Amino acid sequence: MRLNKIFKNTLLVLAACLVLSACATKKEVATDIQGQMQGDVYTGTDTVEYLADGVPDRVFFATNESILTTASRETLRAQAAWLRKNPNINVVLEGHADERGTREYNLALGERRANAAKDYLMTYGISSDRITVLSYGKERPVDSGSNPLAWSKNRRSVTVKAN
Amino acid sequence: MTKKILILLFILIPINANALIEVDITRGNLNPLPLAVSPLSIDEESRKGFEKILKKENIGSEISNIVENNLRTSGLFNPLDKKAFLQDPDIANLKPRFEDWNLIKAQALITGKVNYVDDKLRVEFRLWDVLAAKEMMALAFTTVPNNWRRVGHIISDKVYERLTGEKGYFDTRIIYVSEEGPKTQRIKKLAIMDQDGANNKFLTLGNELVLTPRFNPASQMVTYLSYFKNMPRVYLLDIETGTQEVVGDFPGMTFAPRFSPDGKKIIMSFAKDGKSDIYTMDLENRIVEKITNHPSIDTSPSYSPDGKYITFNSDRSGYQQIYVMKNDGSDVKRISFGNGLYGTPVWSPRGDLIAFTKLHKGKFYIGVMRTDGSGERLLTENYYQEAPSWSPNGRVLIFYRETKTNSKGEGFSAKLWSIDLTGYNERQIKTPTDASDPSWSSLLSN
Repeated sequence: MRLNKIFKNTLLVLAACLVLSACATKKEVATDIQGQMQGDVYTGTDTVEYLADGVPDRVFFATNESILTTASRETLRAQAAWLRKNPNINVVLEGHADERGTREYNLALGERRANAAKDYLMTYGISSDRITVLSYGKERPVDSGSNPLAWSKNRRSVTVKAN
Repeated sequence: MTKKILILLFILIPINANALIEVDITRGNLNPLPLAVSPLSIDEESRKGFEKILKKENIGSEISNIVENNLRTSGLFNPLDKKAFLQDPDIANLKPRFEDWNLIKAQALITGKVNYVDDKLRVEFRLWDVLAAKEMMALAFTTVPNNWRRVGHIISDKVYERLTGEKGYFDTRIIYVSEEGPKTQRIKKLAIMDQDGANNKFLTLGNELVLTPRFNPASQMVTYLSYFKNMPRVYLLDIETGTQEVVGDFPGMTFAPRFSPDGKKIIMSFAKDGKSDIYTMDLENRIVEKITNHPSIDTSPSYSPDGKYITFNSDRSGYQQIYVMKNDGSDVKRISFGNGLYGTPVWSPRGDLIAFTKLHKGKFYIGVMRTDGSGERLLTENYYQEAPSWSPNGRVLIFYRETKTNSKGEGFSAKLWSIDLTGYNERQIKTPTDASDPSWSSLLSN
């Protein structure tokens, strides 16, 4: 079952890569002016911190979505590898939403995003006992701007060391 | 504390007559009724007595100012300038010279008298129909002097009810979340104030994030979300005693709490594994029931006033929409079908309407629709606003609004606003700090 899932994920990743490379040849249509967004998902590194060398702490989401992008999966695989190497470290996955939604729905959406990240870490062998999910909804933005780029930075799940 | 004090109420002369103004809930009242609020008269000895206790030079004028302010902010009345009044308060209270009041175009007149009797505040007031030249209502109250503001609100409610035929909403309080600090690190505290912004009090210290407080319609209890120990859970707070407790024993985030109309249950969401479902907990026997069971996000529940139905927010269709179901979770029906996303449905205390937040093409709206989803009316449009709460008479909605920040991310603010059901009479409610998540109490007295 698990192998099957991993295989499926790999396929998805491959498919996404193909789509991306196809886009790239079409003069990067979906890329934002500052080159920090793809569609409305943040792809920059301004706000990203690192759990270890080459292990980014956060993944980003499209508006109203909790689907992991190719880049997010890559980040989470790096986190899973780091967690496997450091079996004593537990983490909190903090899920967030942007300010363009009602407060209560955003709390649920933040929880859903953090769980998407948790599920992915679990498929890479991290026990659910080591992961706590905590949603902040729209309460803790990293960027106080009222524009699409700021919102894209705020739609995130951040992996934080719990001990 | 103040609520436990009995306000004695005598009806001096009951007279029945028809309402002076017709309140139209779909078209609004563009011609507020002109009326005169004569300062309550006070003898010198009583004036001095109250000045000593309450540090107010003339408590009679202070109470009439409260009445005047309430009636004006309702948007239904136009209290006339006191400088134009020709008759002295004490004489007017005995027998108004109706021609004088007619001359300044007052259609109704409020007069009254304040006395200091046995360390108590005794207030009598009369409402007069100027055109018909007769008394419409006369009442007297006796209470402790510290209750003087409430006396003003109760008089306002009586006048409002007598003139419109609907219950008032002035002797009420608002619980809300006070906000301070930068947008990325807001400090939030529970706060409570009178409906007119007076008597503001903070209920928590700001050590942990608190959100979405709601009054129990039947008691002095409040339910809200607190991040105490970084575990977002629904709490119950007794505002009289200050005692707090977690509601239920859930292995994850509980949020979006409200009371049932009889105050005996809490209804809320519980989030687990990316799904949020609606649960109730009986406050007496602590029995928890799961009401919805769906892989979607189900939240922002609100009971119908008879408790038989629940409206809630769900993204089971793919995006946020409004649904109605029976109180056991059966018969789920989607009711919002307009363009855009819909959230925070709140059932009107009158039962006929559901207020909501709508997001469409980058704008936020507060609106109302019938309980079957028909007759949608948008009352106000803005950059960001949400979470309407009804006045207990179902006439006014209070909500909060956030501003857009500038290119540097500065200039953020959150404020409370109210708007009439008609979409007229939009007003900011002044608070000492920024504010959000307002919830209106029931009438404290009847």
